[in-house]
Formats: sequence, structure tokens, C-alpha cells
Amino acid sequence: MSKKYLGAFIVLLILGVGFYYQSQITTEDNNVKKIGFIYVGPVTDFGWTYEHDQGRKAVVNRFGENVETTYAESVSEGPDAERAITQMARDHDLIFTTSFGYMNPTSKVAKKFDKVKFEHATGYQRSDNVANYAARFYEGRHLIGLIAGGVTQTNKIGYIASFPIPEVIRGINAAYLAASSVNPTVEFKIIWVNTWFDPGKEADAAKALIDQGVDVIMQHTDSAAPMTIAQEEGVHAFGQASNMIQFGPDAQLTSIIDNWGPYYIDRVQKLIAGTWSSSDTWGGLDSGMVELADISDDVPQVIVNLVNSARDGIISGNLHPFTGPINKQDGSSWLSEGEVAQDGVLLGMDFYVEGVDGVIPN
Amino acid sequence: MFKLEKKANIDKSSVFMVPLSAIGCSLIFVFILFILLGKNPTLALFIIFIEPLLSVFGISELIVKSTPLIIIALGLSFGFRAGVWNIGAEGQYTIGALSGGATILAFYPMSGLWLLPVAFLVAIISGALWGMIPGILKAKFNTNEILVSLMLTYVAILFLSAMVYGPLKDPDGFNFPESRLFHDSGILPIIFHGTRAHVGFLIAIFLVVMMHFLLTRHMVGFFIKVSGESPRALLFSGKSRNQIIYLSFIICGGLAGLAGVIEVSGPIGQLVPAIPVGYGFTAIIVAFLGRLNPVGIFLAGLLLALTYIGGEAAQIKLGLPNAITGVFQGVLLFFLLAADAYTKYKISLVNIRWKI
Repeated sequence: MSKKYLGAFIVLLILGVGFYYQSQITTEDNNVKKIGFIYVGPVTDFGWTYEHDQGRKAVVNRFGENVETTYAESVSEGPDAERAITQMARDHDLIFTTSFGYMNPTSKVAKKFDKVKFEHATGYQRSDNVANYAARFYEGRHLIGLIAGGVTQTNKIGYIASFPIPEVIRGINAAYLAASSVNPTVEFKIIWVNTWFDPGKEADAAKALIDQGVDVIMQHTDSAAPMTIAQEEGVHAFGQASNMIQFGPDAQLTSIIDNWGPYYIDRVQKLIAGTWSSSDTWGGLDSGMVELADISDDVPQVIVNLVNSARDGIISGNLHPFTGPINKQDGSSWLSEGEVAQDGVLLGMDFYVEGVDGVIPN
Repeated sequence: MFKLEKKANIDKSSVFMVPLSAIGCSLIFVFILFILLGKNPTLALFIIFIEPLLSVFGISELIVKSTPLIIIALGLSFGFRAGVWNIGAEGQYTIGALSGGATILAFYPMSGLWLLPVAFLVAIISGALWGMIPGILKAKFNTNEILVSLMLTYVAILFLSAMVYGPLKDPDGFNFPESRLFHDSGILPIIFHGTRAHVGFLIAIFLVVMMHFLLTRHMVGFFIKVSGESPRALLFSGKSRNQIIYLSFIICGGLAGLAGVIEVSGPIGQLVPAIPVGYGFTAIIVAFLGRLNPVGIFLAGLLLALTYIGGEAAQIKLGLPNAITGVFQGVLLFFLLAADAYTKYKISLVNIRWKI
């Protein structure tokens, strides 16, 4: 056999095996709903992505054989996102895209695949087959702000911030207002690390904050590195997104936990029942989307009581973390006495409240 | 101990054999890895390397993903041939994307056929200028271009962030860090309707042909080769080493900048902080896998793009970890360098005298 024919034979063989496998893959049960998840980090980050994956597992536990779930992790928010979402849209029924940067790619793909349902987290573009969902993490920030203000001895609280987007700025403001309500001399030291997940950078930021005299660390990044440093250095910290007690058994005061499971189950339930429709959900402590881990014994009982009553107040609607009088950082008035912040203003928040030092990076 | 001796004659067939054997060894390596991960190895290899080629979607995405890799690698290969080690293509790419994108945004809402050419020109020039920084420092002060160009990458990425969080932020975007979407005349035309495959790929093919011509039929190609293989001989030809350094950085930076603007005006369509995704670094593997030859780079660019797309498909369909793509690329470079060493050097065992 000449070389030319050998080459052709090999190509045919590969294609033959190929089509055989393809026929194997595409034999699927139409009653099984395929649910896909696009993650911005690795599922092992023990933070943001980890909790979304816990939500996916909750869906599997609840619906068992009736659903098939898949995920793609560490999908960059650049040009790759649209491909990954399209890849899923070709044979999935419902797709959760779990990071802000997926907003435009999700909208683009949703226009091409109008039979497929999409749910985009933390964004603002909605259409007939794209729903939005996010959590009112600032309610959790209010609670940990109370704890931080009550626990700090040095009156300096460190804050490891990711990106200067409204979500993060809102968290800083909520935590500061709560902390200063308990402890008027409290001071926030904020470090911007410009990443959601970079254990090295987050650890460096935690060390720098401790060097500046901080004894309580809050973070709005996804890794457990700051908690690990707090444990090593003997200061306190709050877990972020998931319960980080295993990384800081002595350091952790509590954690804000993102609990996506109930929401995901509800949406998949609606998909199966055929009642899914595009909606805009901003859940908080009341819906269980935001939870608090067990509060450490290091927190004085009077503060624990304060936190519990604040939590009850937020759930019942009697307390809003942003209730006037509140001034902006430059001293101008934002909310007058008793006035409550509108959701629209909170969603686009781009200013610090009075008392927070520093400038928002631009 | 082992001893490496340079071979006098290098087998001509090594141009094909080295990359092919490196690819073969890498495939065997991941085959074993899949078995250890408890996945069906032939099915996994099929999903990664064959299935994307069986659909219009797969091929169109291959075109999208390989375009920046090929264009950047062409520029890199030019410098690598001359012995100029520009590792900062990622930064030059980012600057090109930023300046090209900013140009499109600056003329908003004006539109017209002139818009993209202007943006492309701005991107090429700014990419080349950014590349000139390590070039000038090397020529004037003999600094290490590897370090300087790499460090400037991080400067470029932070500069992009600063712009997207600041002046270029979408005024109607609720303060989120994204520019507004480019309007239609700021977007590259699509080749196949219904896909993302854009004319940037045709530009890449054109550049492959141009680079082939430049390297084989033009004096510049000859000087580049002389510079890399025998810097002393270059001096006798009347060209200075500095001229070659500048030229390498201008071409590499310019092409990386072009790749950047193609990416933002093609698949992305706006400026976002996540524009740099490592193309500038993956292109180094592409350049070497393609043996610094334009046609080789074209094929290598397609293969590396395939690993990204197939790796993602394997993740979704088989639950394989995302790291598989990176592992394959790393192992590929490892075997490539090893195979290179075997063809260029004779390896022999030398007796060791034990001291007592």
C-alpha cells in the first residue's frame, strides 16, 4: 500500500470511530432536563464558585434522574464565555451563568437560542429567556459589620476588596455603617486587589492589613487565603461566600454564606412544570439566599443579641441597612432622617458613605 | 553522567518529526492521564480532538480561537529567529485591544467604513510602540528584554483595568466595569452567517503568506536569520544589531496589537477587563511548535485552539477538569523541547569516577 492510501485509510478510520462515538453520545432521553452552569472560578475555590456548585448538587439531590447537570469551570469573562455558553446552549434546557462578566455573552447567545432558558447572576440585562438573580449580600454585611465593630480592640477593620463595582462598594458601606453604629471610633482600611480569586494576592493583602494594626479582616474576594493568614497571625476574620471555619477555627467570627440551592431548585422545578418565566430576583436573608454561619464564642453576648435582633428586623422588613440620615463621603446628604435607600440607587452605587476613608479607584 | 554533544548534521526530516513526535508523546501522556482519572480515554480524546471538527460550530469557533494565536505567533517567530526574546506579546496585545477599542469608542456614535481601518492602524502603531520600550532599553542599555517585556505585560493589563473602570466605562452601565458595546461599523464582518467566524481569520491567512514571503524571498528575512544564527556575521553585512532588535519588536508588537484589535472588534465587541486571557503566552508554544515557520505556525495555531475548544467540550460532556487543556499544552512544550534536544545533540553516557 502506498503512503498516500495509508494516509487516507487512517483519516477514514478516525472519522469512522468518530461518527460511532457521536451516535453514542447523542442518544439521550428527552424527558431528562439538561441544566448547565458556567463558573468563573474553579469549583474548589471554597468561595463563590464552590457555593454555586453546591447549589448544582442540591438540584441533583432533589430531582435525581429527572435532570442531568453539567458545568464548565474557570471560564474567562472574555471571548471564551460566549463559546462556552453556546456549547451548552446547543443541547441544554436551562443554563445558569454565574458571574457578572457573562452578561453580554449570555444575552447574545440567548438571542440565537430562543428555546433555551438562561439565568444570569448579578447583572441587569433581562429578556424573555434571560432571567436575573442576585443576593442582597449587603444584609449579611450589615450583620458582620455589627460584629466587627463590637469585637475590634484596635478600632481598625481591614477590608480586602476585589473590584470597585456597585456590589462591592455597597458591601463596604453597609459594613461600615453597621460597625460605626456600634463603635463610632472604628476605622476601615481598604485594600483593592483587582481579582476575585488569587490566594497569593489576597494573603499579601491580609498581611499588609495586619501590619497596619487591623485586628478584624473582612473580604470580598473568593479564596480562603485571608482566613488562613488571620488564623496564623492570631486575628479575627469573616468567611466569604461559604463557611470557612476549617481554615480559621479560632479566627472565624462568622461567615456570610451564599445559599443558591433553594433558588436553583425552585427554578428547575418551574422548568420541569413548564411554568418557567423570565424574572428578576434579588433575595436576601428572608429568602435564605444569604445566611450567616454560627457566630464564634469570641463575640460578646450583647453583640450576638444585637445581631439576632437585626437579622429578625431585616427579615421582617422593619430594618433596612441603608436607613437615613446618611451622608455621602463628601458630606453631602444622601438619605434624610428615616429615608430608606431605593434598590435602583443601591444597584448602581458608586460612592462611599461619610466616614469611609480613601477614594474609590478609577 | 550524561554528556550532550552538538551534532554536526541535523537531519532534514526533523522539521516534521520533532513536532509530530511531541504531539504523539503528549497524546500518549494524556491518554494515560484519562485512564488514571477514571474516564474512557478514547472517548475523551475523541471529544477533544475530533468532535469539534465535525460541526460547523466547532470549526467556526476554531477559526475564532486560532486567529489571535496565529497572528501573535507570526510576530513572535520573527523575533525568535533573530534571537530577540519578546515574552511580552500579551501586553502588546492588550495595548492594541485597548487603543483600537478606545478609537472605536471615541468616534461613537459616528459610523462608516473608515472606522475599523483607523482603529486597526492605531492598534498596530500603539502595539509596536509598546513593544519598542523593551527594544530601546535593550539596544541602549543592554537590559534583559525577556524581563522588561514580561513586566510590561502586567503594566498593560492594569492600564486596561484603569481605563475600563474609569474613562471608558459605559455611561449607561450602572457603574459596572465595561465599555459600551461597539456599534455595527466597529464590528468585523462575519464570514459564515450564524457563527462567530470573522474576517480576522482571512487577515491571519494573508499575514501567513506575507511572512513566508518576507522570510524566504526578502533581504529582511535573510538578515533576521543571520542575526539569530551568527550575530558576528551580521556586523560584516553592514546591519547593526540594534536595527534588528528594533525591527523585531516593531513587527512583533505591531502584530500583537493587530491581534488585540481584531479580538475586541470581532468576538468581544466591547472593552472588558478580561480581554487578556493568555494568548500572548500560548502563542509562544504555537511559534515553537510551528518551528518558527509561517505555515507551521498556522497549523500549530489551529491545534492549540483545538485543545481549548475540545478541553471545554470534554469538561461539559465528561466532567473532566478544566486544567486538562493547560496540562496538555504544557506537556506538549515539554516534549517539543526534549525532542529538539535529541535531534540537535548526541547524548552519551560518560563514566563517572567515584572519589573515595
